[in-house]
Order: sequence, then structure tokens, then C-alpha cells
Amino acid sequence: MATTVIPFGPQHPVLPEPVHLTLKVEDEIVKEAIPALGYVHRGLEKLAEIRDYHQMITVCERVCGICSMIHGTCYSQSIEELMGIEVPARAEMLRVIWSELHRMHSHLLWLGLFADAFGFEALFMQFWKVRERIMDINEATAGSRVIVSVNIIGGVRTDLSPDQLRWILSELEIVEKEVREMQDTIMNDYSVKARTVGVGYMSKDDAYILGAAGPTLRGSGVASDMRMLGYGAYSELDFEPVIETSGDCWARSAVRFREVGQSIDLVRQAISKLPEGDLAAKVKGNPPEGEVYMRVEQPRGECVYYIRGNGTKHLDRLRIRTPTFANIPPLLHMLPGCELADVPVIVLAIDPCISCTER
Amino acid sequence: MLFTPTVIKNLLKKPATRNYPFVVREPFPNFRGELVIDIEKCIFCGMCERKCPSQCITVDKQAGTWQCDPHACISCGYCRDNCPTKCLTMNDTHRKPMAAKVTWIEQGTPPKPKAKKAAAEKKTDEE
Repeated sequence: MATTVIPFGPQHPVLPEPVHLTLKVEDEIVKEAIPALGYVHRGLEKLAEIRDYHQMITVCERVCGICSMIHGTCYSQSIEELMGIEVPARAEMLRVIWSELHRMHSHLLWLGLFADAFGFEALFMQFWKVRERIMDINEATAGSRVIVSVNIIGGVRTDLSPDQLRWILSELEIVEKEVREMQDTIMNDYSVKARTVGVGYMSKDDAYILGAAGPTLRGSGVASDMRMLGYGAYSELDFEPVIETSGDCWARSAVRFREVGQSIDLVRQAISKLPEGDLAAKVKGNPPEGEVYMRVEQPRGECVYYIRGNGTKHLDRLRIRTPTFANIPPLLHMLPGCELADVPVIVLAIDPCISCTER
Repeated sequence: MLFTPTVIKNLLKKPATRNYPFVVREPFPNFRGELVIDIEKCIFCGMCERKCPSQCITVDKQAGTWQCDPHACISCGYCRDNCPTKCLTMNDTHRKPMAAKVTWIEQGTPPKPKAKKAAAEKKTDEE
């Protein structure tokens, strides 16, 4: 059988962001996939040379259009570690609340896009309808839907009043109810299962060796969640990584679906344990010479920041390694052997965030 | 099939979306919208210029002008938070779309005692 080359992307109906895959197809079966990246490279890391270390927070928040809060937290935490700043307990807990709200709306967005990838428009709209409540919480509490911009070096700059906390809890009650209604559809529906079960299989060992991150790794049965390291206020909260063992697209969607429930639970725990106190510690001087690695768990997986200070207000080096970057080798491992019609589902299953990857 | 109850429920309920240009949702009170300056209160210290991450604000102390490129503004609110006289505020509405690029210039009265102000500026620089 002759080999046909089919280009997939950079513009494709299922792709929210541009990535190109050259698919070598034999008789509708994909034999090889070659990626091409670099369509949305912005060079944000270079900006560290001309923006001072306070202004870089807003730049880091714009690395990703969905998990902006967690990028900001990761950057702030690494600068705080470099400068030896003690963050007030209330600020750390508030960061957890917004981080988990971001994880929730990111997963709901992805569940919608995933439903769209296998042609379930109604489910797509339903997930996005639920997501709108969380966007409203972000907007009402922090002042913006996605770029909440609450992090500053040393803490947070926005407080949550008792009224707002009560309102968040009542909204989450509704979100939880609406998400529960869709559990049967995304996990047990015949047509959904027909498109996802057994598609894009990756074994536990392969996932570990190829360096997968986040729900892609946990969907293959590896219990790896950076929040278990206990950074920020996560050490005070009670949770366990969500794991599925079947290693296919269904498992990845199930992990993300269950993580929405886990995030709701974490927000509730954080609100119940929210201590009184200051919002931010005083910051004086510039980051000293030295380097710091910081790892946090984003909705898509482990995100690593490497920062090197040189004693001035500008950083020597800022390096960001995002989870989608780690998930591209596993994607290229999953694609060979699948049917051409399953390619969109498999590509979507790693939750590609290409702007993150190319920064 | 498992989705049918949700579909029926949605058919019987009111639409989840608004008829947008005709029905507009009330903005949330804390929303970071358009930047507004009360130029009479401004002392031209230049703190907003130094704190702005997108470097869209230019303050000229001698001429008494406060300049902003509204297209570069990212509505982060750092200038508002750091303004010593609280002359910068934010509306709860989005900036209206514009057909052409504009530079927003406000002319105010520059501060009178020059020597004193210059010393004050140096001090903020050191911080």
C-alpha cells in the first residue's frame, strides 16, 4: 500500500491553537506523525531582560490564556524562594482558591472541546455553560475573567470578603450539581465510549519513559501530581491524585472530569481553612544572585520555572517548561497505528496548549 | 441517549445566553475596565509610568502632561494601585472599540515648587 502524506493543522477545526502534524497514512491507518511547532512563538522569556521582576508577573500570566493564575503563582513563588520572602498564610490559601478555580474552568473548557472533537456539539455547549459560572466568580472577585492578575511578589493583592466566600460556595454548589448531571454522558454514553475507549493507548511504562505530564500521565496509571509536593498551602489540604489505569482517551477525559470535582472539594477546604492575616509581605531590594527551580501542577500537568537572578532588578534568565511541551513525545507515540478519523480525538486528549509551549 | 434528559430540560428552560447587543449584563463592581484619570489631582510623580508593565504611560513633569497609549494598556491596574494621590481609577466597563489609533494626552497644571519635587522624585527612584 502506498503512503499518503496528509497535513493536519496548523489550522484545523478541532485545534484551538496552531500546531502542524505531518501524517504519513497507509490505508487510513497513521504510520508516522511529524510535528512542526513555532507558529505562535512570542519570545516572552527574553522580556525578562527589559522588564523588572515585578512587571514580569503580568508577562508570565500571559504565557497561557487559560491557566494564567498558576503561571503567575509559579513565577511569584520562585522569586519569593530566591529572595527568601515569607508569604502570609492567608495569601497562600487565597492563591489555592484561585488556582483551583482556574483548574476547574480549564478542565471544563477542555471537556467541551473534547466533546466537540468527537462531534457532540450539545455536550460541548453544556460544559461551556457550566464554565461560565466560574468565569463569573473570577470576574467578580479578581476583576477579570481569565487574567485574574491577583499575584504580586510576596502575596496577593485582592482579598475575598466573607460575603464573596459565601457566594463562591453557593455558586460551586450549582456548578457541582450541573457537572454531576453530565457524568453519565461523558463516562458511560455509548457513542462517547465508541470514540474514546481504546483510542490512543499508552501503557504506564511508556507514559513514564516518554515523560508525559498531568492527566496524560495519570490517565495511564502513574500517580504523579505536583500538588502532592505541598507547595503553597497544598500541604494543609487533604487530597489524592486522580488516577485512571486504562491509558486511553477515555481515561484522560475521566481523569479531567474527576479533577473538576476534586477542585471543587479543594476550594471548599481552602475556604473553610482560610486564616486571617496579611495579604502580602513587604518586598525590599532586588533578587540576589542565585538560581531557583519551581514546579507546580497546572491543569495540563507539571510546569517548571527556572530563574537566575543577578542582583539587579532584571533577571538573568527565565526559562519556562510547560506541560504541553512534555506531552508532545507521548502524542507522537500514541498516533502511529490509529485511524485517521481518531487523530483529532487523540491530539485533543493531551489538551494541547500551543501558546504555552512556544511562549 | 444518556444526554436526553438534559436536552429536554434545556428545551423547556429559558435560553442560557443573552440577546447581546439588546440585553447587556450588569458589570461586576470590581471589574478592571477602562482607565480614568482625574488630572487635577495628579502630581506628575511618574509612579504609574514606572510600574506599568506594558509601558503605555508617559508622564512629563515639566510640561504637566500625562500621556497614555490606550491600545497598549492591559488593564492590570498596577498604576491605579500605586498612585499616591489616587487620581487613577478604573471604570467597570470595557474600552469602546476605536476605528483609528489614538494617543490619549491629558494636560494638567505642573507642580510649582520645582526643587522640592525633584528631591521627592529622587527618593522614589531609590526605593
